[in-house]
Amino acid sequence: MQLTVWTYEGPPHVGAMRVATAMQGLRYVLHAPQGDTYADLLFTMIERRQKRPPVTYTTFQARDLGGDTAELMKTAVKEAFERFRPQAMIVGASCTGELIQDDPGGLARALALPVPVIPLELPSYSKKENWGAAETFYQLVRALAGPQAPAPGSVTPRDPSRPAGERPSCNLLGPTALGFRHRDDVAEVTRLLERCGVAVKVVAPLGATPADIARLGEADFNVPLYPEVAASAAQWLKRAFGQPATTTVPLGYGATRRFVEEVAALCGFDPALLLAGEPSRLPWYSRSIDSTYLTGKRVFVFGDATHALAVARVAQEEMAFTLVGLGSYSREGAREVRQAAQEAGLEALITDDYLAVEAAIAEAQPELVLGTQMERHVAKRLGIPCAVISAPVHVQDYPARYSPLMGFEGANVLFDTLVHPLTMGLEEHLLGMFRDDFEFNDTAGPSHLGAGHTPPAERSAPEQPGSLPWSTDAEAELRKIPFFVRGKARRNTERYAAEQGVATITVETLYDAKAHFGR
Amino acid sequence: MSGAPLRAAPTPAAGCAERPVLRERGQREVFCGLTGIIWLHRKIQDAFFLIVGSRTCAHLMQSAAGVMIFAEPRFGTAVIEERDLAGLADANEELDRVVEQLLARRPDIRLLFLVGSCPSEVIKLDLSKAAQRLATRHSPDVRVLNYSGSGIETTFTEGEDACLAALVPSLPAEPAAADPSLLVVGALADVVEDQFRRLFDNLGIADVRFLPARRAGEMPAVGPNTRLLLAQPFLGRTLAALEARGARRLAAPFPLGAEGTTSWLKAAAEDFGVEPGHFSAMTRHARERARLAVARHRERLEGKRLFLFPDSQLEIPLARFLARELGMIPLEVGTPYLHRAILDEELAALPDGALVSEGQDVERQLDRCRAARPDITVCGLGLANPLEVEGLATKWSIELVFTPIQGYEQAGDLAELFARPLVRRTRLEV
Ligand code: SF4
Ligand code: SF4
Repeated sequence: MQLTVWTYEGPPHVGAMRVATAMQGLRYVLHAPQGDTYADLLFTMIERRQKRPPVTYTTFQARDLGGDTAELMKTAVKEAFERFRPQAMIVGASCTGELIQDDPGGLARALALPVPVIPLELPSYSKKENWGAAETFYQLVRALAGPQAPAPGSVTPRDPSRPAGERPSCNLLGPTALGFRHRDDVAEVTRLLERCGVAVKVVAPLGATPADIARLGEADFNVPLYPEVAASAAQWLKRAFGQPATTTVPLGYGATRRFVEEVAALCGFDPALLLAGEPSRLPWYSRSIDSTYLTGKRVFVFGDATHALAVARVAQEEMAFTLVGLGSYSREGAREVRQAAQEAGLEALITDDYLAVEAAIAEAQPELVLGTQMERHVAKRLGIPCAVISAPVHVQDYPARYSPLMGFEGANVLFDTLVHPLTMGLEEHLLGMFRDDFEFNDTAGPSHLGAGHTPPAERSAPEQPGSLPWSTDAEAELRKIPFFVRGKARRNTERYAAEQGVATITVETLYDAKAHFGR
Repeated sequence: MSGAPLRAAPTPAAGCAERPVLRERGQREVFCGLTGIIWLHRKIQDAFFLIVGSRTCAHLMQSAAGVMIFAEPRFGTAVIEERDLAGLADANEELDRVVEQLLARRPDIRLLFLVGSCPSEVIKLDLSKAAQRLATRHSPDVRVLNYSGSGIETTFTEGEDACLAALVPSLPAEPAAADPSLLVVGALADVVEDQFRRLFDNLGIADVRFLPARRAGEMPAVGPNTRLLLAQPFLGRTLAALEARGARRLAAPFPLGAEGTTSWLKAAAEDFGVEPGHFSAMTRHARERARLAVARHRERLEGKRLFLFPDSQLEIPLARFLARELGMIPLEVGTPYLHRAILDEELAALPDGALVSEGQDVERQLDRCRAARPDITVCGLGLANPLEVEGLATKWSIELVFTPIQGYEQAGDLAELFARPLVRRTRLEV
């Protein structure tokens, strides 16, 4: 048993719902009690979807348990088919359904419906949402595209040359319902590929029908946009159809360039022309002198593995931030995250315990947190600026405007996202200059965050028992230091004073410590 | 106003007993009883609710709460894992460990509820035994109780019923010789509770207690001289448990709207021998204020047709209020479960044309709703946006549980909740 307050991922059947809800013409029958229908509101409320998820729940009750829950499942499948006439169905169980062992797949098969019925085995007590989405997508691809695959043994690697006039083509794999910016990422990457002269044949699961899934094998290669969901399906397609897959996720300016180069190599064109010119404003914005103040900002990054890795790279290479923490809740991507952390001289935090993440953030004392909605709460509580860069997210992270994270426009969006929560360049100086002005103190906060912005409380590191006394002057001087480094300054000074055997901390001790630790 | 007069006294059997009820069994689109924790944990300020369940239960709590509570909440989930099921770990030992961990983290907790879920019930984890064991271990600092909020046993507000029913056996005993006291049963917002306390005080009913109390150590005593008023219509099991301890229910409609609140207060006043003249003098001002506040929305709502999906069991009293005080026309009034005995007065006051339905088959009910094209549909969050897309104005039923709606001072707010979606539609030009 694990004590959980907030969770980063739902159960695996919610992952299956994300796939089913993204698609057209598919129905999901879920053996589950009534309370599990809460999952519908994730889609209709948080993502503001206009249709109910295509899910039929059996909603069995205690009184059914002694009797025939299996019959309930059969009726539900039959009625769902008759009412909705889907092209294909998936059937499975939620955590409670799994325990009563009714074999939804076998029951549905016994009905001999005239459409493919794909059983899902999603172990609720060991797996989670993203795994569930990946497994569901993989099972759908195997079941629906499988019949089109060449006989095993006759699969040949794709030949990059093609008849003159015929454009190379690819599939975009992985975008789901309730995905973080998936809608806009798909539009942006499609546009980018168009500019490369590559046609996008099928986007799946987002917007795809079962018939679309069946023709995935027709494209020249696959682009797994979200490896958390698409990796296993892409691997299978490679084995079954000989389709290669790109390995770079175009998140960030550099990654987008590498993605274009990878596509160019797969399709045999020269990327130079496309990459010349001004595909993104990020490089110039980062080089413009107003951005100087971004140098060395201490950031803490946490999210799903794909977004955490990409954003950590953008933060370091494209913003010149300093990474002070990196972690992910997805164990599936732990290896890469560990490696990236190590390269930055850190130890990665791989956990799905939000209290552990909170403790790590408090410890690292970053100036900016880039995380999920959980880290937004933590950062708010600690008074640290924060931007959301990964699922799970909330309703305001589905903006009305076009706001991709991928591709060159995505790099622009990332620049804005990472800079917006911070005090702007010149303004930071002005705040420092007028610190003692009665209207212009640190409780005023940056103007672009609006009058309603509550000023962050001072983050005092927990006072150690027996910590050294501060002279009044030194306390006053400490208050002149910007709030976001004040906690660290206090700790460093006290540590220095303890090491030096200073009895009372004076203004001199403060500056001695500052010189000693540098930055 | 329509229908029979709304009265506190037992109504003639005619009408309600014969009102046809459409019973349905199909897919239900409702929360399970765990969701009650969202308001209960705010209400009882030194209690912690530990769900013994799955990742689904934890995810439900976080999604249904809608907005996450900023501070660390006083609820959590002990998530059952593979090892617990495979017998690699002893589930009871695991639970004890989690409770130790929790109480070490939250030394301020005085009352711990172990809340059963579907998985804990299906694997037959005996939480009442566990509660006894843990209570012995952590006594006297922490009391440990258990109840089920599982979706196979409870629907949404029935979780509160189960929780309060679990509290009843541990309530202090009131001596048989004690003076009569009034017990108001059902979690109310603190502000509403304070208003009622003042009203009862003005009426001269001084000994008024509330269940649940705001703190574990202040739970009310109960005995044969306890008269109880239900503040919520979904408390059947709690009522039975209190009756078993000698308390007597004062039959009344529910305190929604000016009229409902007056009848509810009057039930107590009559039983406590308050002079009718005094009652009317003491409530006149608030009554009048509520009537005016409600009347402000009448123009917007009168004659509008109403369809309620089953959710909180508040549907019947709500429909009664909307019909009688605002002139709305209820077409279908769904309820997950119909407590006839508790809702006698309410059913009798409901317009005859309203179809009462119990249980649910959500697809069929949606068919009926679409065919009726009501002016406003009260439904859960999973249905609201899709219905709006189809051109139907909706009111989220969950708001009726999360916001204070009972009593005189909230009557206008309650009416406004229904007027707002309609107002919004007339203002938008997009
Ligand atoms: S219905 Fe059952 S399994 Fe689902 S959230 Fe409620 S208690 Fe948990
Ligand atoms: S506080 Fe923010 S992140 Fe948390 S639930 Fe509300 S909107 Fe979502």
